[in-house]
Amino acid sequence: MTALDTLLQGGLRRAATQDPYLDIAAVGKQFGTFVALKDVSLRVQEGEFISFLGPSGCGKTTLLRAIAGLDPATTGVIRQAGRDITGLPPAARDFGIVFQSYALFPNFSVADNIAYGLRGPAWPAKRVKARVAELLDLVGLAEHALKYPAQLSGGQQQRVALARALAPEPGLLLLDEPLSALDAIVRLHLRQEIRDLQRRLGVTTIMVTHDQEEAMAVSDRILVMSRGHVQQIGTPEEVYRSPATAFVASFVGRSSAFDAVVQAAPGSITAHGVTLQAEAARGLLYGTTLRAFVRPEDVRLGVAAAGLPGAVPMTVTHLEFLGPTCRLSLERGAFRLEADLPPDQVRDAGALPGAEVLAAVPPDRIMVFPADE
Amino acid sequence: MSEALAGPLVRVEASADQRLMRAGLWLAGAFLLLALGLPMAVLLSRAFEDQAGHFVGLANFATYVSTPALLRSAWNSVWTAGLAMVIVVPLAFTYAYALTRSRLPFKPLFRAVMLLPILAPSLLPALSLIYLFGNQGMLRWMLPMENIYGAPGIIVAQVFSTFPSAAIILSVALATADARLYEAAEALKAGRARVFATVTLPSARFGLVSAAVVTFTAVVTDFGIPKVIGGQFPVLATDVYKQVVGLQDFNMGAVVGLVLLLPALAAFALQRWAEGKRAATLTGRAVPLVPKARLARDLPLTLFCLAMAGLLVGIVAVAAWGSLIRFWPWNLSLTLDNYDFGRFDSSGWGAVETSIRMALATACIGTAVVFLGAYVMERAPRLTGLDAGLRGAVGLLATVPLAIPGLVLGLAYILFFNHPANPLGFLYGTLAILVLNSLVHFYTVGHLTATTAIRQLDPEFEAVGASLKVPVAETFRRVTLPICLPAILEIWVYLFVNAMTTVSAVIFLYGPATKPASVSVVHMGEAGQASAAAAMACVLLGVAILAKLAQMAVGGLTARATQGWRQR
Repeated sequence: MTALDTLLQGGLRRAATQDPYLDIAAVGKQFGTFVALKDVSLRVQEGEFISFLGPSGCGKTTLLRAIAGLDPATTGVIRQAGRDITGLPPAARDFGIVFQSYALFPNFSVADNIAYGLRGPAWPAKRVKARVAELLDLVGLAEHALKYPAQLSGGQQQRVALARALAPEPGLLLLDEPLSALDAIVRLHLRQEIRDLQRRLGVTTIMVTHDQEEAMAVSDRILVMSRGHVQQIGTPEEVYRSPATAFVASFVGRSSAFDAVVQAAPGSITAHGVTLQAEAARGLLYGTTLRAFVRPEDVRLGVAAAGLPGAVPMTVTHLEFLGPTCRLSLERGAFRLEADLPPDQVRDAGALPGAEVLAAVPPDRIMVFPADE
Repeated sequence: MSEALAGPLVRVEASADQRLMRAGLWLAGAFLLLALGLPMAVLLSRAFEDQAGHFVGLANFATYVSTPALLRSAWNSVWTAGLAMVIVVPLAFTYAYALTRSRLPFKPLFRAVMLLPILAPSLLPALSLIYLFGNQGMLRWMLPMENIYGAPGIIVAQVFSTFPSAAIILSVALATADARLYEAAEALKAGRARVFATVTLPSARFGLVSAAVVTFTAVVTDFGIPKVIGGQFPVLATDVYKQVVGLQDFNMGAVVGLVLLLPALAAFALQRWAEGKRAATLTGRAVPLVPKARLARDLPLTLFCLAMAGLLVGIVAVAAWGSLIRFWPWNLSLTLDNYDFGRFDSSGWGAVETSIRMALATACIGTAVVFLGAYVMERAPRLTGLDAGLRGAVGLLATVPLAIPGLVLGLAYILFFNHPANPLGFLYGTLAILVLNSLVHFYTVGHLTATTAIRQLDPEFEAVGASLKVPVAETFRRVTLPICLPAILEIWVYLFVNAMTTVSAVIFLYGPATKPASVSVVHMGEAGQASAAAAMACVLLGVAILAKLAQMAVGGLTARATQGWRQR
């Protein structure tokens, strides 16, 4: 366990002793005969940043809309700050939301959009003005206050939507694929901005995304979903290093996947005639079929592989130079691996296309799951 | 994933806003059921009853099929409509092609002229033809036959009155061209004829189907033109009228009405099919085509458009001129006598006033009903299966009026509202029933316009409003209404103009004190008072043009306030 892990785990243990801000218990959602969510439970602490991650159609947006009350849950209980909100209409809940499309009012200026929720006796005109100015500063759009949304770039529109959602100081911020309509560079920049803003304001935040890199970059914890079921809830490192299911292993991060069978010797497996040592396969019954995953950065070559158990010579079939790393495709019969290594190591190992090099994976870095999953 | 969820179900509470929208949807459904569903059901049942109200099965239909006169008019309707369609579609296609795919000069002007017949009562071209080729026609010597009354008159008049709708449909179909397809064809060295046959025509083929279908249906179901210029030539539409008004045989009227419904229903189905196909061929990434100048194409097209526009303006001008003539064709001095309607028809100028009051009421009430109905249909919460089912049912009901000819709806209204057991019977013969009938008759086009406008708004506006604790009524007032104002004005003018000019929808329903001007025109035309009929048709045209100008003025005045954000 790394130092980072220990730190995060300690924080979480401390947090777990408090009552959660948002408590989702055994929530299900059914559309007609289609079950979109089944038995989803999650406890979110105040101030946490949680991402719902999964491929399209996995139910992550459905879960977000159930929390918002836009499509209320069919079964289960959702509590926010101790209050049962499961069946309440959206207006009776306490949240701000940013949609993928932003849903900015096109006929309102930026300032009017932000002020839209600031109404009623609690918001006299003077206070509204001050709050709007504060938010414009916060998202860095002060000079665009009087423009219409159509006159802004996508990233700026996104910031307006964020400011509008945050204006009435909601207890919970919901972000539905907030970055997917933007181009790659703006995305990287804006996701950091959102995270900084969230830290500064301390607002509990849930973001839906299908981009695993985005989820890992900004979240305290990630909830990985597939076909309406929760696959894993954990910190980015837990989800990446110790995936709970084969689905998580394949969906989060890159990996080479292969079928393997448990051998008689403890911790020994074979895949396509190649015998490997895998810590995780210890204690499994002889003959069990497995699905195994190896991260590309965990593959060792040449000298680094020589000392490891289960090292085998493999042929380099393809090499891509990506700058900080090289991506190699390795092959021995039907057994294939993908490896990421710094260019220096590739050169030292002599791993040119067509060459044969010694390759190995540290036994604790092979992730295995029952094959029938 | 078909296993059902276990455990106690969440009791979903609807907010006040959601309950309000749901109530609105029920109200819209109830309105359409009462004003459309029930009358049509009564019409249907009357076709299977005898005069005394006993169920007789298909006996009425058997009588119909064994009456040669009735069958002949059905055939007359079909072949005149077919011929009119075959003439109109190529003309409209060429005109639309010139508007969209050439460097035709003064395009806005040609576009405006194209719309002229829509603003006029449909039988205005018929009146002009009577001036030119009728018994006292100025150009009668040009005709190979005795006079224009009968099939030739019907066909020519229909060509003029259906031209705008066909041309609008085709110019929309041709406007959405993808320049990349033409560039690809050119790069592959395809000749002009081949490009036209392989790119242009296929991309417009669903537009052609729509235009043909709309023309055919409009001709089959139109009542005013055959009544005025048809002479002794019987068609389905005049048969319905004869059975009901002449012979007082409501059951046979219902049977003929159902027969009239057949082509309209078939057209409706074909139209929906074509629309579905057309949507699928359009991609969001198309690059708009900008036609390059080419004299060999532009000159003939310009000449064609000039001729066509000349004919359209000419036919209106003949009616206008004729209405100012003292005694056609012997005394051509000008006079306003023909506008003294009291001399020709007992309701006089009162008919014009009735028409304006009816059109105003239809437009004002109708725009509110249609737009709010479309809004709740699009945006009411779908929390339960019942919500979704209701939405589907209301949506279907809202598109049905398009398939029901005005005469058939009018007949259904008499049978329904005149029924002794109907507590709403007091409406019969009042202005209210004319308004209700026109509103329902023209419901669908307004509904589709509203739906299109509302669907262009982000579907999450109401959700954003709810999350910010803003009532839906405020979001509707501050966001939806201002953005949709152009569409709302469009619906208002559409309802106003159509209520002003319709004949078929109201011919059965007016009372002694509520005779609309469009019906007066038919009566005067029938009685041989062509000048007075033309005069009143011109008054209707004038009012319709004023309404259109008012729409443009209001749209222009409010553009800065409500549409300023559209500028970049």
